Amino acid sequence: MEYFLNEQQKMIKSLARRIAEEKILPVRAELDEKEEFPWAIMKDLADADMFRVFIPEEYEGLGGGCLELCLVTEELSRACSGVAISYAASALGSFLLLEYGSEEQKRKYLPDIASGKRLAAFALTESTAGSDASAIRTTAERERGGYVINGTKQFITNGGEAEIYTVIALTDKTRGPRGASAFLIEKDTPGFSFGKKERKMGIRASSTRELIFRNCLVPEENMIGREGMGFIMTMRLLDKSRPGVGAQAVGLAQGALEAAVDYARNRVQFGHPIISLQAVQLMLADMAIQVEAARLLVYAAARTIDNGAKKFTEESAMAKVFASDTAMKVTTDAVQIFGGVGYMKDYPIEKMMRDAKITQIYEGSNQALRTAIASELRKRKGMQE
Amino acid sequence: MNIVVCIKQVPGTTEVKIDSQTNTLIREGIKNIINPFDTYALEEGVRIKERYGGKVIAISMGPPQAGEALREAISVGADEAILLSDSALAGADTLATANTLARAIDKLEPYDLIICGRQTVDGDTGQVGPELSEMLGIPFVAYVSKIEEIDGERMRVQRMIEEGHEVIEMPLPGVITVVKDINLPRLPSLRRLAKARSAVIPIWTPRELDIDKHAVGLSGSATKVIKIFSPQRVHRGDILQGDLEEQIERLIDKLKESEII
Repeated sequence: MEYFLNEQQKMIKSLARRIAEEKILPVRAELDEKEEFPWAIMKDLADADMFRVFIPEEYEGLGGGCLELCLVTEELSRACSGVAISYAASALGSFLLLEYGSEEQKRKYLPDIASGKRLAAFALTESTAGSDASAIRTTAERERGGYVINGTKQFITNGGEAEIYTVIALTDKTRGPRGASAFLIEKDTPGFSFGKKERKMGIRASSTRELIFRNCLVPEENMIGREGMGFIMTMRLLDKSRPGVGAQAVGLAQGALEAAVDYARNRVQFGHPIISLQAVQLMLADMAIQVEAARLLVYAAARTIDNGAKKFTEESAMAKVFASDTAMKVTTDAVQIFGGVGYMKDYPIEKMMRDAKITQIYEGSNQALRTAIASELRKRKGMQE
Repeated sequence: MNIVVCIKQVPGTTEVKIDSQTNTLIREGIKNIINPFDTYALEEGVRIKERYGGKVIAISMGPPQAGEALREAISVGADEAILLSDSALAGADTLATANTLARAIDKLEPYDLIICGRQTVDGDTGQVGPELSEMLGIPFVAYVSKIEEIDGERMRVQRMIEEGHEVIEMPLPGVITVVKDINLPRLPSLRRLAKARSAVIPIWTPRELDIDKHAVGLSGSATKVIKIFSPQRVHRGDILQGDLEEQIERLIDKLKESEII
C-alpha cells in the first residue's frame, strides 16, 4: 500500500522499526513478566531523537505533528504496546503545553521533553471521573501567588517515571467543567507524591500510578492557558491524541497478523502447513483487510489534524474506535490461529491480546466515542461535503 | 584528536556468488552493508571523539555506491567522509588498497589515530590495517579490545590475545584494528540521518591523490587471485543400512578392510 509518506516520515518509520526490532523484541517478554518500566529503551528512543518528532523546531524538536507521532507509536507497538504507550504518553503530557503554553513555559520544558531527558505525563482521570471527566474532584485553590492542589489522580500513565505532569484541577468548584484549569507540576514538588502502581492485564511494561496531591503549592506561572479553560483544552487535546491510540492499536494488530501468518506457514497439520487450509486463509485475509483499513483511517485522521482542521472530534474518534476494535479482533483471531500454543506465555501472541483490550477503553471508551460520533451526526444538516 | 576510520562496503550476506571469469565476488543485486568489524572501529572513533574532542573522518575505497556506506557512517557519528573511487582503483589487492588509503590519509590534515576493523567479512585477510601503518611509518596494534587511556601523545590499549589480554602503550599517531568486543555500535538518530542525507561526500580519484595509476587497482596489486572456489567435501561418512545385526557385520568388515582391527 502506498501511504504517501514524505522522506522524513519514511526515515522516522524505518528507524522506529529498527529500534523496535533490535532493542524491544529481545526484552518484551521480560518487561511484560516483570512489569518493568523500559528505561533503557526510553534512552534509546531519546538518543534516536524520537521524542523530538512531535515538538516544533524552535524548541529543539524536528517539527513533526500527529502523523509523525503515530508512525513512531505504531512501529514501537508492533513489537510491544507497553513500550509504545510509555513513549506516546510523554507526547500526551506535552500537548497542552505545546498548544496553550506561554513562550516562557515552552522554553522551560519543551527542550527537555524533546531530548528525552525528562518524560511527561497527563493527569485527568480520578476514581469518580472516567468517561465523565467533568466529575473530577481535585481542587486548586488560589493562595500566596500560586495555587494549592489537593486530590488524587488515578491510572496515570508514566506516573512516577515522568518528571513533568500536566494536571487538571478545579479552580472553581461551583462552575463545574467551566471551573477546571490545567497546571504544570514537576515531580519532587512538596506535597506531590505517588500512590500505588497498578498491576495490569496488558501494557505491563508501562507505569500506571496514582498521583497524590496534599497541599501541593504550585506557582502561578505554572498554569497553562487561562483559568477555567482546563476542560475545554482537555477535550481538544484528547481529540488530537486519539489517533495516537489508534496507531498503537494498528501496530499491535500488524504485529499479531505477521506472527499469525508466520505461524500458519510453518505449522503442519494433516500433512500440510495450516495456511493451506481455506478456513485459516479466510481469517488471515480478514485480519489483513482490517489492519490496512485501520491504518488508513488513523493516518487520514492524523493528517486532518496536521493540516490545521478546526474541528476533528469525529475523525479522531472514528480512527481510535475502528483501530482499537480491529486490534482486539485481530489479536484474538491470531491467538485462535496459534491454537493451544497461542494461549501459552512462551509465545508472544497472548500478550498482544492482553495488550489490545486497553485500546478500547482508554482515552475515551469506544462506547463513549461512538456516542460522540452519533451526536455529530445528529447535529449535521444535509449532505456532507 | 583527529581520527580516521577506514571502512569497507561488503555484501550483506554469506551467500555470495563468484564470477568465474574474474574470480571476484559478484556484488550486483546484493544489499550492501558496512563491514561489521568496521562498525566497531567507527563507534570507537566516535566515542574517543566524544571523550577527547576532535573529529572523525570516515574513508572508504570502492565503487560509487560505497558512498552509501559513508553516509551511514555519518548517521552514526562520523563528521566527514571521503570516497576513493575510480575505475583505475578497481581490482585492488590489500597492498594496492593500503597504498591508496595511505596516500589519501597523507593528504588529510594531521591525524592522531587511524582505526580499522580487524578484517573484512568478504576478503577476510586482515592485512590492510598493518600495511597502512607500514606505509605511513607509524606504529600498529592489532585486535584492540579496549582503549584505556589517551593523553595526546600516547595511548594505552588492551589487545586481545589467545589467552587473555596484553596492555600496550603506543605513541601517536598510530594505527589500531579493533575486535567486536570493544563496544556496542549505536543506532543512528533522526538528526544525524538528516545530516547524512544532505552530506557532500567528496570523491577522490588517482588524480586528486597524485598517485600513479599503475600503483593502484589491479595493476598496483602484488597478488592476483587465480581462482576462487567452494571447497569440495572430500570426506563423506558411510551410512550403514539394514538391521542392527547386519550393520554390525558390515562395520566389522569395514574395520578389517581398513586394517583397523
